[in-house]
Amino acid sequence: MNVKRRKFINILLGGGLLGWLGSVIYPIISFLNPPKVAEANVASIKAGLEEEFPINSSKILKFGRKPVILIRTNTGNFLAFEATCTHLDCIVQYRTDTKQIWCACHNGVYDLRGRNISGPPPRPLDEFTVNIVSSEIIVSRATEVS
Amino acid sequence: MVTSRLSKLYSWVDDRFKITPLIEFSRHKRVPVHKHSIWYYMGGVALFLFIIQVGTGILLLLYYQPGIDSGYESVRFIMTEVNFGWLIRSIHSWSANVFVFIVFIHMFSTFFTGAFRKPRELTWISGFILLALAMGFGFSGYLLPWNELAFFATKVGTDIAGAVPFIGDAIKIVLRGGEDVTGATLSRFYAFHVALLPAIFTIALSLHLLFIQRQGMHEPEFFKNLPENKKKVIPFFPNFILRDALLWLIVLNILLYLAVFFPWELGVKADPFEPAPEGIRPEWYFMFMFQSLKLLPSHVFFIEGEVFGVLFFTVVAFAWLLVPLWEIKSKSDKNKARPMTILGLVVIAYILIMTIWGYVV
Repeated sequence: MNVKRRKFINILLGGGLLGWLGSVIYPIISFLNPPKVAEANVASIKAGLEEEFPINSSKILKFGRKPVILIRTNTGNFLAFEATCTHLDCIVQYRTDTKQIWCACHNGVYDLRGRNISGPPPRPLDEFTVNIVSSEIIVSRATEVS
Repeated sequence: MVTSRLSKLYSWVDDRFKITPLIEFSRHKRVPVHKHSIWYYMGGVALFLFIIQVGTGILLLLYYQPGIDSGYESVRFIMTEVNFGWLIRSIHSWSANVFVFIVFIHMFSTFFTGAFRKPRELTWISGFILLALAMGFGFSGYLLPWNELAFFATKVGTDIAGAVPFIGDAIKIVLRGGEDVTGATLSRFYAFHVALLPAIFTIALSLHLLFIQRQGMHEPEFFKNLPENKKKVIPFFPNFILRDALLWLIVLNILLYLAVFFPWELGVKADPFEPAPEGIRPEWYFMFMFQSLKLLPSHVFFIEGEVFGVLFFTVVAFAWLLVPLWEIKSKSDKNKARPMTILGLVVIAYILIMTIWGYVV
């Protein structure tokens, strides 16, 4: 009888202790997890005038909170890709000498279609659509245009 | 007069806290003297450098303000306006690097002399935890001036944490305080650097020192096998402590020399919308891992290169942590090198080659 009572008390106290630990740890873990900040739903941005953008050059644009690289190729075409390297999150740049997109952090190289062609990047860069409207460059998400 | 006052004070304290047995303990403690004795001093030097870090860190706290604008500006203010600010900041940065270097030497000397063996398994494990925390200090402190190099190193470092299977994303978000490296990341790293890590470090360090004091210095095999009358020893107090103090003084001079003649630079302020600059690299003690990741192809077998790299280093770190539990014992043949010595040399060679490669290429 006594043993049963002791066991009961042990379970009660043990369970209480676990519950108490949970009630302390859960809020701390939740506190560490930052609240989601609503991302501005940007569909397209204006990137300036066509004639202001030199041939064989590039620029990093703010597309909401994401960096996007806008490139004007040798032939005068405009291309835009997500500028975050698919390897480890660095921001890529356009190499005017090799005509490739290059990440300085780990020597990752992409071609001008955004495909990862050498180095460690595991995936291609997401492409954006570039339209010229009355000589103004408009960069928009590829999926929304097609 | 003074002596009698001091002895009165001593007996007042001793009456209440019984410190005489402690002093007797350290006076009777003996430190072996042999050809590898120099390695006994590395832990003490590391401790000294940690004390310097705490001191200079507290001073920097008086002026540093975390924030994507104020972080950089306040460090610039410290370096250009505050009296001796350049010196304090430079010592803090240099001392951090020398600290990690000495901790590595301390660890490898412990490894090669076999000091991790029974009964010192927990001393090794607590030491490894201290090394990991020291690297955490380095990683979190690196970001605080919010310069370009540190910004991208943090992006890469936290993204590597994100490559851990299953829980990686959650770790990355908790470390960054969001999806990207922003001001929220800086706030968190500041909290890690000045509050969380020092608290955990103090506990681990206290245990590490307690273990060492309780068990005494490790005696290498050849010393243990000497007849008692051939074993040369010195008292821990005051002989060993005084030698330690002399070495601390030398280290302090080296630090001051480095801080004055090679002041630590502030670099260019970070801009999250600028491409990563050429020559981006982490602190030197992460270089061997950084270079390895750089060399890995995009896919190894069926997994992504970075995931493979992270898994590889995690497994190696765990194996290193648990060395006392799986040590390969050498055969009695004295002419052959011990397998653990060869393993240690391979690890050092790997770290050295990758680090040099990282800087040269």
